[in-house]
Amino acid sequence: MSNENLLSVQGLHASVENKTILKGLSLSVKPGEVHAIMGPNGAGKSTLGYVLSGREGYDVSGGQALLQGQDLLQLDIEERARAGLFLAFQYPVEIPGVSNLEFLKAAVDAQRAANDQPALSSKEFLKLAREACKQVNLPAEFLKRGVNEGFSGGEKKRNEIMQMLLLQPKLCILDESDSGLDIDALKVVADGVNSMRDSDRAFIVVTHYQRLLDYIKPDYVHVLSDGAIVKSGDASLALELESQGYAWLEERKAQDPAEMHQEVTK
Amino acid sequence: MSLWLTQLLDRGVEQSDWLTPMREQAQTQLRAKSLPNRQTEDYRYLPLAKLNRLQLAPANHSDFTPDPLPGVETLDLVFVNGKLITPVADLEPGLSVCPLQDADESMQGVFNQVKPERHFFGLVNDLLANGGVAIDVADNCVITKPIRLVHWQDGGEAHCRHLIRIGEHAALNVIEQHLGTDQASFNTHFCEYQLADHARLTHQRFAMQTGLAANFGGCHFNLANHSQLNSTVVGFGSDLARLDVDINHTGEHGHALQNAIYLLGEKELFDLHTNVEHRKPNGVTEQNVRGIVGDKGKAVFNGRIHIHRYAQKTLAELNNRNLLLTRNAEVYTKPELEIYADDVRCAHGATVAELDNKALYYLQSRGVSETDARVMLNFGFINELIEQIQLEPVAHWLQATLKDRFSSLRHQVAEA
Repeated sequence: MSNENLLSVQGLHASVENKTILKGLSLSVKPGEVHAIMGPNGAGKSTLGYVLSGREGYDVSGGQALLQGQDLLQLDIEERARAGLFLAFQYPVEIPGVSNLEFLKAAVDAQRAANDQPALSSKEFLKLAREACKQVNLPAEFLKRGVNEGFSGGEKKRNEIMQMLLLQPKLCILDESDSGLDIDALKVVADGVNSMRDSDRAFIVVTHYQRLLDYIKPDYVHVLSDGAIVKSGDASLALELESQGYAWLEERKAQDPAEMHQEVTK
Repeated sequence: MSLWLTQLLDRGVEQSDWLTPMREQAQTQLRAKSLPNRQTEDYRYLPLAKLNRLQLAPANHSDFTPDPLPGVETLDLVFVNGKLITPVADLEPGLSVCPLQDADESMQGVFNQVKPERHFFGLVNDLLANGGVAIDVADNCVITKPIRLVHWQDGGEAHCRHLIRIGEHAALNVIEQHLGTDQASFNTHFCEYQLADHARLTHQRFAMQTGLAANFGGCHFNLANHSQLNSTVVGFGSDLARLDVDINHTGEHGHALQNAIYLLGEKELFDLHTNVEHRKPNGVTEQNVRGIVGDKGKAVFNGRIHIHRYAQKTLAELNNRNLLLTRNAEVYTKPELEIYADDVRCAHGATVAELDNKALYYLQSRGVSETDARVMLNFGFINELIEQIQLEPVAHWLQATLKDRFSSLRHQVAEA
């Protein structure tokens, strides 16, 4: 593993509709690592993905985010994607009238153009897309359907993983990709992620439940609370959280918020 | 009275055949009218005064060969500047086709049985129609090859009237195609479709004559018991373009799906009026009308659904959605529901909106540029209706045709 950070987030502050959600979040991810982010509802877990991907309405008021040394926050949404960032959405958008295949080809073409690679022919692409479908256990006819149109929750999540397989991003953020999935679908998602794990790529897995981490083994687990990471550990931290919940966070805050903050910045 | 209308009526009734009494009647009716203007509610956004200044280009061509629709064999009837140039014979067993003038007495009976009297340019067509065909499908005959009525015009005037009757349990697919040069021309093309019990009609009207053409037309449908209509209208607009669609549920359990798409740029105008009459119980109508307007284009949509007192258990939905690409583009939309029955389910709505920001973000987050994403979303908006066309090759052809036209609006999409 390289010592260079793939992603380096320092003191990130961000707000939505004038409400501050991220309050000095810092996180470093090296190539090859899998980081899990857990935490109570409203802590800012989804916001992190949205801010890094550049969603409109998420205002950054401080801090920085570098992807391979490149300032992400200065890039347009599509430039961030082409730089290797991928966000698997918690709620993928339905776009009737735009076929999945057309959308995927446009995305892959844009990615390849950004890397000075020639565009794939329709035939070459179709072959790739069919393979990706197979890997996430979606029938190939899903390629013809409108983007996510009428897909079940599980199918939408698998469609996200299929996009990830086709785009081969450097940093993948999975935003509750396990929510609403049965065990079989969960395994498909996990298999997709595991098949892509290598020494150059990193994953940030945002989840509420330890269950997903049985299938995707994280190197680090972080607890995000009130807009900042308040505790970090190895995979065993997830088990601890599963048994204890997050009540201890409130207690600690009540006791000595300053001390808690020190511990994190250490 | 406008100069244009005076000159039109001064021409008198030109030919003598079975249509003569209808021509004379139309002439009498038109004499009692004046050219609709901005005070006439049904024509208020249509600058008909332009007709007084219309300088028609000469109609030079007498021949035209339409491009085939890839993947589907069609029975083509080609009209060049209003004249039928295709030899007509009975093309398939159970299908009888003849020039309008030669229509037998029973087909003559369809004339003005479907098209309501109130359309001003329908009356003009009554007076001037000198071409067209009468198509009769015998009971129980399913004609699988679509009939394509191709109208091509490079100037002058063209006035066609088509009468189509589909027998009980019979089925037909008709594609009306309107093409031509951008030269100044004037046309009225009206079609009357009479469906018998359990008859099925797939209908397409591709009104793609643009530029300085003044296009006036109508598609009128009578649905009997259990008859089914699947209709798609596409309008490109021109200097002056008006289309009236009428759907009459004259029997019970009729089912009508009517979709319309307009895609306008430059200074194009497309004025679409639809009127659905539910006269009997248990009818179903679904209408989806969607348009994209760029440049200084202007779209007018007026959609009325009228549910009569005894038309209980009617299901009717009317939906009009528009996307504007520039600040100068205009849409005037007016959906109207008139309900006199108390046990019906109806809905209507109209929107003029921008693209969904969430969808835009989603596409961009996968590396698609904002312009490409906007183009995809805009096109997807109308593509949803194209996908409902029953014959896949026709849908594919239309997709390609609309994509081609849409590419000329691409720069505006980026700025919208």
